[in-house]
Amino acid sequence: MLQVENLNVHYGKIHAIKGISFDVKQGEIVSLIGANGAGKTTILHTVSKMIKPSSGSITFKGQNMSNVVPQKMVEMGMAHVPEGRRVFSQMTVQENLEMGAYSRKKNKVEFESDLDEIFTRFPRLKERRKQHAGTLSGGEQQMLAIGRALMSRPEVLLLDEPSMGLAPILVDQIFNIIESINKSGTTILLVEQNANRALHISNRAYVLETGKIVMQGLAKDLIENDDIKKAYLGG
Amino acid sequence: MKNKNKKSYLINGLALVLLFILLNVLIKNNVISRYYQGIMVFVFINVIVASSLNLTIGFLGQLALGHAGFMAIGAYGSALFSMYIKEMALPPTALLITSLLVGGLLTGIIGYLIGLPALRLRGDYLAIITLGFGEIIRVIINNLKITRGAHGLTGIDKLVNVTNSFWIAVVVIVILYAIINSRHGRAIMSIREDEIAAEAVGINTVKYKSMGFTISAFFAGIGGGLFAHYMAYLDPNTFNFMKSVEIVTIVVLGGMGSLTGTIIASVVLTALPEMLRGFAEYRLLVYSFVLIIMMIFRPQGILGRKEFSINGLIKHSKNIIKKTGDNAEGGEL
Ligand SMILES: Nc1ncnc2c1ncn2[C@@H]1O[C@H](COP(=O)(O)OP(=O)(O)OP(=O)(O)O)[C@@H](O)[C@H]1O
Ligand SMILES: [Mg+2]
Repeated sequence: MLQVENLNVHYGKIHAIKGISFDVKQGEIVSLIGANGAGKTTILHTVSKMIKPSSGSITFKGQNMSNVVPQKMVEMGMAHVPEGRRVFSQMTVQENLEMGAYSRKKNKVEFESDLDEIFTRFPRLKERRKQHAGTLSGGEQQMLAIGRALMSRPEVLLLDEPSMGLAPILVDQIFNIIESINKSGTTILLVEQNANRALHISNRAYVLETGKIVMQGLAKDLIENDDIKKAYLGG
Repeated sequence: MKNKNKKSYLINGLALVLLFILLNVLIKNNVISRYYQGIMVFVFINVIVASSLNLTIGFLGQLALGHAGFMAIGAYGSALFSMYIKEMALPPTALLITSLLVGGLLTGIIGYLIGLPALRLRGDYLAIITLGFGEIIRVIINNLKITRGAHGLTGIDKLVNVTNSFWIAVVVIVILYAIINSRHGRAIMSIREDEIAAEAVGINTVKYKSMGFTISAFFAGIGGGLFAHYMAYLDPNTFNFMKSVEIVTIVVLGGMGSLTGTIIASVVLTALPEMLRGFAEYRLLVYSFVLIIMMIFRPQGILGRKEFSINGLIKHSKNIIKKTGDNAEGGEL
């Protein structure tokens, strides 16, 4: 579904991503884990075409994405939930979800049924549909950010640290939601610092250190790996 | 929903016509003198220019500091054009409208070219570019032969009066309102809210930023054209940095993101300095003072991002009446 090959990204002179390759197959949850500054966010931004790589190729659904603009990615079925939620704070919950459906041709019936689906998944959002997104709690904002991305009916969902800054109960809830989104047929590329939780819901994972992949494999194997345990799972 | 909109259009349209009739009656009976009529034309021009700037500042979320420059292009562009086609002896209204459109289009094109390099980037580069641009335009006009440089441009037909400037301002506001409430308007506002998120949901941010800014420049040019055809004389130094600051002040005072706020602030900040003639030399001081006071007590401007509406007012007063009614009943118990 998604192949990234030999990707290099520079910020000016900083070589942030150093020749990374990975792939995500249909129906999988794949995690990128790594410490602060490892380059996780940069990779997601590059995959969704919001940052231009200095070299390397990105293939999505068998097509080369070299000269594709970010809007096209959304239309083709890739949705990106950016780091730090980034809801439209002065718009209401419902308006945020409407913006999520922006890339799709207007179809009222389809839109309403998608909206219903999101509200069933996130009942909290339904209660607050007329409320300004900026006044939601952190967890609610994360749900809204995910809901907004789902409104574009993605085949692949990129999630950048969805559990960041949330209380443990909410972290559980968010990970459950991610699993259930995956079960209903959406492929997921997940970026997390919470390696433990991420590995437990993932099929496969890549471990990043300062712009390089240092380890990869099945999530259940990585959980048992001693190096990983020491570095990311707290011993 | 649709019905509600229709009703609101009807009410607002009716209010405008009533306002217009009132103005006309007052003018006919000499309650509003020629002098005050002049001030009113300036109010309408400022309404146009400031609401066009509000599109950039309030709805696009980008600061622009060279709106006087766009006014200047529109003013000179439309004036030179109307002087050029004078021989065709068009009826005055047709002459005015074509000249305004030519001036506006010219300004829009230049605005597009100026804005593009700054708007391609994420961040606040527009402020710096427009600041420089406003001054450069003035210097250029001061040195061009065709604009007669510092001597000023004379021989422009005086085609603007209270009536036509009123209706042109109405049309401009209606168009801006429609743009803001369209799908495109939503896209523009989402960029203000969060540029990265806007990109992530599939909005072409560069396109919408350019579009918003170009429209903003276009209407500033229309305002400039009105100014030219009201004054019948243009001096390049009218469009200096202080003029840009004046327009920004109107937007900030009225509320960034509120068109009705801009209208109210235009009336206040145009009429006030004129009424206090002796005070006119302290304009700069007054504006700075107003801005500081606003920043302290009401940083979001008079109306913030809300819009004033007659419907809202009716609803609000109905609620108050209902409440007092309820209270009165409560009192009897
Ligand atoms: N806009 C930028 N300009 C310059 N350098 C940047 C920029 N964004 C990121 N970097 C650098 O690139 C490297 C990778 O950053 P990135 O944000 O991708 O890391 P991350 O793995 O997402 O970290 P975190 O877990 O803290 O979110 C860092 O060294 C960072 O300083
Ligand atoms: Mg990150």
